[in-house]
Amino acid sequence: MVEEISNADFTDLVKIIQQRYGYDFTDYASASLKRRFSRFTGYTGIDNIFDLKHRLLNETDFFREMIRYITVNVTEMFRDPSFYKVLREQVIPRLASYPSIKIWHAGCATGEEVYSMAILLQEAGLLDRCRIYATDLNEANLEKAESGIIALKDMKDYTQNYMQSGGIHDFSNYYTARYDNAIIHPSLLRNVIFFQHNLVTDQVFNEFQLICCRNVFIYFNRTLQERVVKLFYESLTSLGYLALGIKESLLYNEERIKFEPVNLANKIFRRKV
Amino acid sequence: MTVPHSYRILVIGGSAGSMPVLSALMEAWPVPFHIPVVLVIHRLKNVKSELGVLLSDHIQITEPEDKEQLLPGHIYLAPQNYHLLIEADGTISLDYSELINFSRPSIDLSFESAATAFGSAVIGILLSGANKDGAEGLCRIAAAGGTAIVQDPATAAFNTMPQAALDQCADIQSMTPDQMIRYLRNISTANKR
Ligand SMILES: C[S@@+](CC[C@H](N)C(=O)[O-])C[C@H]1O[C@@H](n2cnc3c(N)ncnc32)[C@H](O)[C@@H]1O
Repeated sequence: MVEEISNADFTDLVKIIQQRYGYDFTDYASASLKRRFSRFTGYTGIDNIFDLKHRLLNETDFFREMIRYITVNVTEMFRDPSFYKVLREQVIPRLASYPSIKIWHAGCATGEEVYSMAILLQEAGLLDRCRIYATDLNEANLEKAESGIIALKDMKDYTQNYMQSGGIHDFSNYYTARYDNAIIHPSLLRNVIFFQHNLVTDQVFNEFQLICCRNVFIYFNRTLQERVVKLFYESLTSLGYLALGIKESLLYNEERIKFEPVNLANKIFRRKV
Repeated sequence: MTVPHSYRILVIGGSAGSMPVLSALMEAWPVPFHIPVVLVIHRLKNVKSELGVLLSDHIQITEPEDKEQLLPGHIYLAPQNYHLLIEADGTISLDYSELINFSRPSIDLSFESAATAFGSAVIGILLSGANKDGAEGLCRIAAAGGTAIVQDPATAAFNTMPQAALDQCADIQSMTPDQMIRYLRNISTANKR
């Protein structure tokens, strides 16, 4: 395990990043963020915090590398199949009543969740009526997401997830295998746009019928979760859906009264009118 | 043995061979127990484990959601596939990052975060296991002035895990399951106000 960072150094690092680069990590859950900092320090081979601070202050590229490294980017296609099953059976049929459908994936990481959504919409015959906005803080993630490239070795698990989520088609129709990679068919991404958006500092940019923000809140403290739920509330049409990660909760959030549960086990909520 | 009155949390880590011990502890669990308890047990990936069900025959155990407040007397089981971190404000953060020591949940991470959050007010117990997860974290607890305990390797179905902790640092107490039960009873009485 990597050496621990003191509270004072931790606060300094957060401050440097905020003042020098405008990224605000103040209200991230500190245990996890602290660990990400230590892990990054270990990875760079820097052996004292002073050097780390110095480089952060003086080298923009070093900061960029740090951002790529400290966000948790782990994701999967059809992660939590039960969630996708409910989307497929209960949410997407409702979306079908809108002439044009707007969906926001906030914190889309490297895109696997977006590809999964596109497949569901394609199967429901709705993809052409949809516009999917996929955003993340981490630009490296967005570049990867846009490429549609996934490691081929992961496809076995994803195929299983897909089938468990109620998928009945041949999953391999959705990608082309080339060497060690699977490339998602570009036509699935025809109505997707990827761009950078920071949930902490950026504003409402559109109005959506569905917002997916899964496994991002776990990295935020309650204060920040609260703020971001407000942002989502303002970004949803009335009766629009909000989906969080399976272990995430609105229970500790003052904003919860403005939402009603659609499926509690899978953390799908709906904005009240 | 004198027992400090000011513990804030008990974290128990276990891997292969820890279930029977854990069950024995739960069977004899002192109720009411006056501090929150967190269990971090390795389970097989992608296999819906019976662990939660099995344990809660004896006592109420819940899998926490993210940012849940730690409450005295409650027993929290780290959900499968997430790391469980203890925050200084007494809430739980879940974390879906890379495996550590081939493990998620990582016992090291939970121990370490508890030590950072509550310093000397932490009790860590490391049970049987066939890998080295938890050793480093337990040493962190000891270094922060907390109480660090391993299952006596001679009584462990797999002694690698407790032995690794003993090898790695001093200030770790070794206890048989029976001694642990007695110890926990003392804690529970001592922490009563
Ligand atoms: C664990 S991934 C979640 C990926 C996907 N939604 C899933 O559930 O599989 C978390 C993502 O949140 C992003 N993130 C963290 N802080 C953010 C912020 N302030 N604004 C936008 N995205 C953020 C990270 O860059 C990372 O890609």
